[in-house]
Amino acid sequence: MSTPFYVSPQQAMADRAEYARKGIARGRSLAVLQYADGIVFVGENPSRALHKFSEIYDRIGFAAAGKYNEYENLRIGGVRYADLRGYTYDRNDVTARGLANVYAQTLGTIFSSGAEKPYEVELVVAEVGETPDGDQIYRLPHDGSIVDEHGSVAVGGNAEQIGSYLDQRHQDGMSLAEALKLAVQALSRDTNGTEREIPAERLEVAVLDRTRPQQRKFKRIVGRQLSRLLEVDGASTEAESAEEAEGSEEE
Amino acid sequence: MDFLSEHQPEMLPGNRQLPPTQGVIEAPHGTTIVAVTFPGGVVLAGDRRATMGNVIAQRDIEKVFPADEYSAVGIAGTAGLAVEMVKLFQLELEHFEKVEGAQLSLEGKANRLSTMIRSNLGMAMQGLAVVPLFAGYDVDRDKGRIFSYDVTGGRSEEHNYAATGSGSIFARGAMKKLFRDDLTEEQATTLVVQALYDAADDDSATGGPDVARRIYPIVTVITEDGFRRLTDEESSEIARSILERRLEQPDGPRAALL
Repeated sequence: MSTPFYVSPQQAMADRAEYARKGIARGRSLAVLQYADGIVFVGENPSRALHKFSEIYDRIGFAAAGKYNEYENLRIGGVRYADLRGYTYDRNDVTARGLANVYAQTLGTIFSSGAEKPYEVELVVAEVGETPDGDQIYRLPHDGSIVDEHGSVAVGGNAEQIGSYLDQRHQDGMSLAEALKLAVQALSRDTNGTEREIPAERLEVAVLDRTRPQQRKFKRIVGRQLSRLLEVDGASTEAESAEEAEGSEEE
Repeated sequence: MDFLSEHQPEMLPGNRQLPPTQGVIEAPHGTTIVAVTFPGGVVLAGDRRATMGNVIAQRDIEKVFPADEYSAVGIAGTAGLAVEMVKLFQLELEHFEKVEGAQLSLEGKANRLSTMIRSNLGMAMQGLAVVPLFAGYDVDRDKGRIFSYDVTGGRSEEHNYAATGSGSIFARGAMKKLFRDDLTEEQATTLVVQALYDAADDDSATGGPDVARRIYPIVTVITEDGFRRLTDEESSEIARSILERRLEQPDGPRAALL
């Protein structure tokens, strides 16, 4: 009879975390930023059909990096949770905080239960408020913790590098075009520091726009609107990239 | 709805136990809804009165709701049940759109509403019927379409114009004489208010424009740009111009004899 090896709980958890992190790192990163009129989601996504971002409820959006089938599962669960809440009580009673808590519990349970493998996903749940102060962004790593983020957040393989790039440059009250440009710049920096071009067709962009007259603030930005936004900053990029070149010399 | 029936069946209107009752239950009823198509879209409108027996239960009830971006539903029948049905219907369309990432087809929406009305049949037998009118812009066919229902959930597509509720007979007569194929959006909105006026003229349960209280019919327009509800100013403008003409001609515009 074979005796099972003793594995300390610390080791088991570390192994599981390692496993999940590696899975997430294989996926492409994405960035979520606050701008003057809302929150913008930017990610590189070659697929038109499999979305990384989606609407959960009126003011709440969802972004995920990692394994598609796993986060799709969580997304549908979130939509159900939100719709059921909104129908039972009122549309205003559905909040990002509540949703993030549900996600945290689900992820946490799956992470620490022995039988299942941990989910290889990292989520962002964002809610746009009436004013920029009311905006909420929560990041949910694979282990079920919740991190309350402000300004900007990145998840996925290269998240740390992209996150620090965004943190340094993100300002409150940026316009949509500025925020979008910053996010694309951050995403197009590779691990080794080289930059590559991400064409507009490979970008997935969505916003939670508080100025939208409809109750549902989520909107995908595609096609001409996206290229127009990218062009707008194309004109101003020249000047700013010159500034940036100076900035990087100083660093 | 499928998820809800598994998860919390008591939330669904059709799944409630009804206590045995005798006679008709008194509850507010909504009355007349009219719809008319025009090239490029469809107009759906409703009066503002709710009645309970011979009493006016509410003067400013709203009976026309957006179902989603490209469709609207107007309700006649027991107000409480109808409003709940619309709420569930809206939720279901939105839920489908979010989960599947695409909108239901207009036919699909109309069929869904049909199932929901059928699930209310038990209540309808006790006198708590809900009979909506569903109108929407069909993005695939580029035109406005109207669907009417009966209490058993039977669905039929109506061409050009339709009406439901107690005043519908009079409204339909008015629309029959006023309808033309080449209506503009403004003409179509005027037409529905004319029809509601005629319904209110002959049906006691339908409310006409209330100038003193500034309560005017709710008029909604659905085109390829989506759902739009006319503002109070716009609908009062239409109602007032109709009233002005009716001061001279109380029966409204005359159609040609031959």
